[in-house]
Amino acid sequence: MSQEALSAASLAELARELAAKRISSLELTRGVLERLDALNPALNAFVTVDPERALAEARAADARIAAGAGGPLTGIPVAHKDVLMTAGLRTTCGSRMLADFVAPYSAFVVERLAQAGMVLVGKTNLDEFAMGSSSETSHFGPVKNPWDLACVPGGSSGGSAAAVAARIIPAATGTDTGGSIRQPAALTGVCGLKPTYGLCSRYGLVAFASSLDHPGPFARSAWDCALLLNAMAAHDARDSTSILREPEDYTRLLAEARGARPLSGVRIGLPREYFGEGVDVEVAAAIDAAVAELRRLGAATVELELPAVKHSVPVYYVIAPAEASSNLSRFDGVRYGHRAASYADLTDMYRKTRAEGFGAEVKRRILVGTYVLSHGYYDAYYLKAQQVRRLIAEEFARGFERCDVVLGPVAPTAAFKLGAKVDDPVQMYLNDIFTIAANLTGVPALSVPCGFTRAGLPIGLHLQAQHFAEARLLDVAHRYQQATDWHTRMPALPGCRAP
Amino acid sequence: MKWEVVIGLETHAQLSTASKIFSGAPTAFGAAPNTQASAVDIALPGVLPVLNMGAVERAIRFGLAVGGTINQRSVFARKNYFYPDLPKGYQISQYEIPVVQGGAVRIVSPTRGEVDVRLTRAHLEEDAGKSLHEGLGIANRELSGIDLNRAGTPLLEIVSEPDMRSPDEAVTYVRTLHTLVKRIAICDGNMQEGSFRFDANVSVRPAGESKLGTRCEIKNLNSFRFLHQAIEFEVRRQIELIEDGGTIVQETRLYDAERNETRSMRRKEDAQDYRYFPDPDLPPLVIDPAWIDRVRAALPELPEAVRQRYVGCGLSPADAASISASDTMSSVFEGALGAGANARTAANWVRGEFAAALNRQEGDEPEPRVTGEQLGRLIRRIDEGSISNKIAKEVFDAMWAGEAKGPNAADAIIEKRGLKQISDAAAIEKIVDEVIVANAATVAEYRAGKEKAFNALVGKVMAATQGKANPAQVNAILKKKLAG
Repeated sequence: MSQEALSAASLAELARELAAKRISSLELTRGVLERLDALNPALNAFVTVDPERALAEARAADARIAAGAGGPLTGIPVAHKDVLMTAGLRTTCGSRMLADFVAPYSAFVVERLAQAGMVLVGKTNLDEFAMGSSSETSHFGPVKNPWDLACVPGGSSGGSAAAVAARIIPAATGTDTGGSIRQPAALTGVCGLKPTYGLCSRYGLVAFASSLDHPGPFARSAWDCALLLNAMAAHDARDSTSILREPEDYTRLLAEARGARPLSGVRIGLPREYFGEGVDVEVAAAIDAAVAELRRLGAATVELELPAVKHSVPVYYVIAPAEASSNLSRFDGVRYGHRAASYADLTDMYRKTRAEGFGAEVKRRILVGTYVLSHGYYDAYYLKAQQVRRLIAEEFARGFERCDVVLGPVAPTAAFKLGAKVDDPVQMYLNDIFTIAANLTGVPALSVPCGFTRAGLPIGLHLQAQHFAEARLLDVAHRYQQATDWHTRMPALPGCRAP
Repeated sequence: MKWEVVIGLETHAQLSTASKIFSGAPTAFGAAPNTQASAVDIALPGVLPVLNMGAVERAIRFGLAVGGTINQRSVFARKNYFYPDLPKGYQISQYEIPVVQGGAVRIVSPTRGEVDVRLTRAHLEEDAGKSLHEGLGIANRELSGIDLNRAGTPLLEIVSEPDMRSPDEAVTYVRTLHTLVKRIAICDGNMQEGSFRFDANVSVRPAGESKLGTRCEIKNLNSFRFLHQAIEFEVRRQIELIEDGGTIVQETRLYDAERNETRSMRRKEDAQDYRYFPDPDLPPLVIDPAWIDRVRAALPELPEAVRQRYVGCGLSPADAASISASDTMSSVFEGALGAGANARTAANWVRGEFAAALNRQEGDEPEPRVTGEQLGRLIRRIDEGSISNKIAKEVFDAMWAGEAKGPNAADAIIEKRGLKQISDAAAIEKIVDEVIVANAATVAEYRAGKEKAFNALVGKVMAATQGKANPAQVNAILKKKLAG
């Protein structure tokens, strides 16, 4: 395979090449590092790269493959969002607060992918502490969208999305608290899965909002996401919210031979709220076309109403900052991370350390969170938000009695220009209007490329299913990808073909 | 005016689990700083708490022992505040729904007799670390150190209702609680190591008034003596302030043991807003009723039941309360009963000679050197009349000194030292005759009506027999001879 073909290959194809010894992990990793060197200055998708470590891991993977002990992911390069702890490799959270922080341990999902034999190439850029929808608030500068360097890649996992979209790396991890995997996946034209809450352990994920944080995979296809999920999903005794359940092969359903109408019997719910005002016409048209395609593949459609969903954004912007304000208290300059150089006393040390260590958006959320938890406001904000959260969950549960998959757009628009929304937090927050409900309810949700705007920017299709119905979700996406080629299109970067 | 004192207590009992409440790090006391703190305890980014079920089991045990309700669903909450020895910036505690609600501890008050001190609740929480301020300065710069070994140590906070009416009652309550937590093996009760400490809420009101006065909370008292002194001081301070026309301000105060006074720490209006909310990292704690049943079945006999059993054996309320409150004393007492000793005599011995000997031993937890069985057999010799009480004390001291071993140590010592009581009337008569002859002057005084002279003569007879003569027989024979 040519270097160009390799960078466009799926995980399954790479595994075949590696197993047949037509290529080594070392060669593959070198190719990734070269492409990273060439493209990262423009994209700023990576915060930290460790070539020596990557090459050493690649050699170890080659030895494992040679010994016949390789698995489906062995030897394949991966990058981790920089909120996931990697032992010995710094984890910054895109913040000055942790700019030099090296953890002594790895996150559960990092460990699992390492055990599967994946080669860790580096850490990807993001919104500071995963708070944002544009990957512009990082201490290490904004990430650019590979489809248009003047546009944002979405966020907060923008670095992972951009790296996969630019074909630097075939797979990456992300975290999704309000859409932080799915929205950047949509804005960069890749696949991103937010699994069911509790399916992938949060151990080693630097907490933003504990009840909403989910680690998950980025790849170019549903099949690749299934392969990654096979490795990432497992019970972890170190996370009390991790669910104990039988392991599942998420590629099994996808591998079934089904003929011309593979989605017969699948009911797709179309909530009225996802198709109304506020959705860009080009986005709406792409979603309509995707619905038509799914019908052709045998799926039936069902009209749904999810009236409580419109409260998702306000509910989220009470609960997420509340949890964040508490989770980020540990960054106090006492034990690790940034500490102000000079201070008068303890309180002054706290003040200066946190004033210097955190960026504006993080501070905004800490302030909001502190406010909504304060004495006298707790009932009106936090408690009320939790009640509405329950209503939304009940509404989704009722919806899933009538359908298997809920469909809509991931984001109301395609990628927007860098700087366009940084001064208007509410406009920025509204970008997550369709993704947040899945975080509030914990249901699995997936972003799949489904078209382009006239300006050549990708559009994402949002699919949600019942708790633990990842296999169903991935199957619908896979059948769609078998019939379409949106996910194979590549941005016009050096070494990429134009779409 | 006559004042009534009202006291409620919050007691922190450190639970005796081997590992911490939310991490696997050990809880052992006294290790080098920060050597018993895991990634979870120092709150590295990304770590998560996992509840130690051993701590929950101990909380259940406590709840059952005080007759409280074990909530089948309780919730852990975050108490948010910044402090250097609080690594996460919040303490995980239980707020709205604690694991144990209600229940009571029966105490024997020195003034009011049996009183049930009602409990509001008992909840699980983690301890903080320690700030160290001494000996860390370098080149004239003052430095503080943080030791996180204690961070995450499991605590059961036991909150009482304001049911105590004097410093003595407060101390009786914490002593009763101390005995209880040790008996049910949930806490080692070691006060030097801080395993058992209190906050006292103290207020005063005119006698007969039903409305509670404004209270002050005295924080972090770590001995029974300090608790007593702090409350005494605080009561005096409040009464004097009110009598001087002042008003009590609700506040938190600290007790300074060196100066024996309490000092204001912070006023109510300065109280921190802890922004409690349910910890999203920990699902609600759900306790299976079958688990509660298993814990109930394994409970030992509780100190209160023991106390009532002792009262049933004929012990005075004071003896029953005192002996049942001590593991050591009740075990020796029961050993003595088992060896056939009379219960009341045994109680006198346990609270008297035995307790005194134990107190003379060195160390925090002195080991008794006489077993219940040894004591019981000694007491039987008294009951039978083969030795006098006075001789028995000599035998007891010899046993304590280790002069003989085994269950029959008392007999061996009596034998070896020739202490068996002389009850042979002929032998006693002979000695009495000798004493009468040798003390003619005293005999004359007696016969002249000086009753006291009789006792002197008894003393002479006893001295002549090294105390071994049966005192009752000596009395009778002497009286007969003097009359004759």
